[in-house]
Amino acid sequence: MDKDVRLLTEPFAPGAFVGPFTDAHPGLGGVCTFVGEVRSGDGVEALELSHYAPLTLAGMDQLADAALERFELMGILILHRVGLMHPGEPIVCVSACARHRRAAIQAVDFAMDHLKSNAWFWKREKRADGWHWIEPRVEDHADLARWAE
Amino acid sequence: MKLVFLGKLADLAGASELELPAPLNWSGLLATLEPELGKAVRGDQVRIAVDGELLADKELLAAVDGTEIAFLPPVSGG
Repeated sequence: MDKDVRLLTEPFAPGAFVGPFTDAHPGLGGVCTFVGEVRSGDGVEALELSHYAPLTLAGMDQLADAALERFELMGILILHRVGLMHPGEPIVCVSACARHRRAAIQAVDFAMDHLKSNAWFWKREKRADGWHWIEPRVEDHADLARWAE
Repeated sequence: MKLVFLGKLADLAGASELELPAPLNWSGLLATLEPELGKAVRGDQVRIAVDGELLADKELLAAVDGTEIAFLPPVSGG
């Protein structure tokens, strides 16, 4: 089993990572990829994600291990942007490949719910009237509860 | 020793990092902070990490020269 977990400081093209990731797992039955982008149209001009280096990447790495342990995967890829982003730019990419589709689909759902609510990121948005810190969302915690054992 | 403020705590502190003379325990540290910042970091929602390890109880803080203390408000998610 194989994991590739990265924090990226510059804009990225998910396909440039997902292509090689998929190629590295011959014999797979399915690959599931989710890409999250900065939404446009909500009056948000820019988004800034800050992180704390000693915790953030280690936490993502543990999340990848948890997904590998929980689902029958051949590999998992987790990419997350930090820094300044604009609408239309990818923030996050999670890809999982497996012998059978359900494991891949569920692993991506699992990883995304954890990244959205539990990962060490702090987010602020720039709107017409300036920067605003984003508070945790109740829905994100409800999403996380789906995976409680 | 170094203090690192994440998220909106950096705005409150006026900087993302602050150097302080060591050694300091939790009450000694609070005494050096501006009242509003001190109140914020005392809150249950703010966790602290000492040299990259989460501290279960802030009262147990024992910072020496070279220690890095991070103040972590609730995460907003990725």
